Amino acid sequence: MTTTKRFPTRLNMKNDRVNMTHGSGGRAMAQLIDELFLTYFDNELLRQGNDQASFAVSAGRMVMSTDGHVVSPLFFPGGDIGSLSVHGTINDVAMSGAKPLYLSASFILEEGYPLADLKRIVISMAAAAKDAGVPIVTGDTKVVEAGKGDGVFITTTGVGVVPEGVSLSGVQVEPGDVVLLSGPIGDHGVAIMSSRENLEFETTIVSDSAPLHDLVAEMVKAVPAIKCMRDPTRGGVASTLNELAQQAGVGFALEEEAIPVRNEVRAACELLGLDPLYVANEGKLVAVCRAQDAEHLLAAMRAHPKGAQAAIIGKAVADDLSFVTMETVFGGNRIVDWLAGEQLPRIC
Amino acid sequence: MKYIAEFRSKEGARHLAQEIKKAAETGRTYNIMEFCGGHTHAIFRYGVQDLVPDNVKFIHGPGCPVCVLPVPRIDNAIQLAKDHDAILCTYADMMRVPASKKQSLIKAKAEGADIRMVYSTQDALRIARDNPARQVVFFAIGFETTTPPTAVALKQAKAEALENFSVFCNHVLTPSAMRHILQQPQDGDGDPVIIDGFLGPSHVSSIIGSKPYEVFAREFGKPVVIAGFEPLDVMQSTLMMIRQINEGRCQVENEYTRVVTPEGNQKAQRLVHEVLELRDSFEWRGLGWVPESALQIRPEFAAFDAEKRFKLIRSTGRDVKGCACPEILRGSKRPTDCKLFGTVCTPDNPQGSCMVSSEGSCAAYWSYGRFRMERDQLANPSQKQQPEGTI
Repeated sequence: MTTTKRFPTRLNMKNDRVNMTHGSGGRAMAQLIDELFLTYFDNELLRQGNDQASFAVSAGRMVMSTDGHVVSPLFFPGGDIGSLSVHGTINDVAMSGAKPLYLSASFILEEGYPLADLKRIVISMAAAAKDAGVPIVTGDTKVVEAGKGDGVFITTTGVGVVPEGVSLSGVQVEPGDVVLLSGPIGDHGVAIMSSRENLEFETTIVSDSAPLHDLVAEMVKAVPAIKCMRDPTRGGVASTLNELAQQAGVGFALEEEAIPVRNEVRAACELLGLDPLYVANEGKLVAVCRAQDAEHLLAAMRAHPKGAQAAIIGKAVADDLSFVTMETVFGGNRIVDWLAGEQLPRIC
Repeated sequence: MKYIAEFRSKEGARHLAQEIKKAAETGRTYNIMEFCGGHTHAIFRYGVQDLVPDNVKFIHGPGCPVCVLPVPRIDNAIQLAKDHDAILCTYADMMRVPASKKQSLIKAKAEGADIRMVYSTQDALRIARDNPARQVVFFAIGFETTTPPTAVALKQAKAEALENFSVFCNHVLTPSAMRHILQQPQDGDGDPVIIDGFLGPSHVSSIIGSKPYEVFAREFGKPVVIAGFEPLDVMQSTLMMIRQINEGRCQVENEYTRVVTPEGNQKAQRLVHEVLELRDSFEWRGLGWVPESALQIRPEFAAFDAEKRFKLIRSTGRDVKGCACPEILRGSKRPTDCKLFGTVCTPDNPQGSCMVSSEGSCAAYWSYGRFRMERDQLANPSQKQQPEGTI
């Protein structure tokens, strides 16, 4: 006896588009999940076919983080919403010092979106998860009417475990601590901007979108007493340090000269009237540690490809007003304030 | 970065700081108005005030195009989008400037008005071509620097017979505003501002040249130094200004020779003249009605003039009560003199235009300079302190 095929004809990935039935819970949705998501995200936990992923947990502290992705455009130099949604959440988990274990992915698709483009996104997402060694083990798909979404929105959630002896939190930051940055800033924001419909300009800049958990693993191995890590995404390094200053009740004093920025990014920012300190990153981290650990941590970062251009950019100082100030390249001083308004909407 | 880093060098700054210190005579004050928001921004962004003595004071002028547009004109722009259902194309800086009735372009957009941020007039023309069934209005603002692109757009629209495109023209003129400020102590409203000289605009001067400023040296006895927007330009120009004041000279000097010539960009001037003409009078935020201080679209291009195409109702909207933007724009008050500064008015919740644009002096004070003031206040709670070297 031959088994009846679940779906008599395969989805036409080349020419078909997302329609309302793909989110209806019926056969069409099952087929989309089967032929697209399961095919590319394939892993043991997903293959079990349950509504949830079930896995054993080790002893110790777990961390969990979630991140919605609404980037526009969906494809940009150096990445797309798929890889970004994997990297973004891995990094949020990793900033606790944790090793990320699993991801979930929730898709909101807009009616009419080409399946061929969705397939590109899913393939990129699968590759990003595989490269990072963090599988996507559960997910969800919804479809909204044409005009109610913008192609594809992806929310990912991640869980991870923190190695014993590692305890990162912004509240531990004290005056005298040192601030390190893992590499040149502003690449992601400028790459997105260069591909925006009304602002296309030619540039060689690509997004720095990358998972940082491997770099983090080396850092916590070298300096387990590292106090805090953050990934400076929306709002850039400036906003990250302001958040941290408020949380820890300290100020920060930065040196503009020490902050790495690629020449191309600097030039694009000059042209567009942006300050690289406020431009988003997707593959950089800011770390704070005790002064006596700083050189050792810097060496560990520089030994890793994702931290090759790491630098010490300033220090925490006693300041009841929690100002982030900076000695400018010019020799004067200024505040590096919170981002006001919106420098660039839908960056991630 | 070539042609940028050279003008931000620390060594250059140190050298000039020493020269300024040597030149500035103790026992007198140098009140220098930097006309442009671009200079205000550079002074705060790079901490130039840390590098000049306390008796060299920068007075921030009205040269921030977003700041000087009065409430009624923004109300009109909102009317175009809301009541006339036009696609309103605007430079992004305008989006958050407060209009009357707690409105702004960004709020009107959230309420459904079709307001789009553009980077150039060419984007607006493209939107008009792509939406032939809609009226598309370009919200033209700015000093002489942004005027030529508006003129180009009007010529293109006429050549293409792009009938759904029009321009809401709000272009203003620098020399008229300078004259108005200088005449103010004689006929002003009791808050005269002492100005010993002007740092003249850089980009504006690249279009109009250095000649239009000669009248200020000749008739008003005020030295003018045309200054580039980089921090070393500002310091070099400040030094040139101090020397003029010390020697009792009143001349137009040009520090920004790499861009500005005496005659300016004559091709751009001809283009503007062909398409635009002087308005009898125009209302400025802070300065009030200033004669012959703005441009309007010539009758030959009237078909593309939004003020002629649409029936715009003159709004009576005023600035928010208590907002000192008018006095700040005239240079007679400091941002920190305003009761709203840092209390209800911050860049996240601007009440006045000077807090919106990065070129506005309130935004510059708040975003780059307020730590000096707040730290001083923490140290001396009884006194209200100002950042040093600025007014």
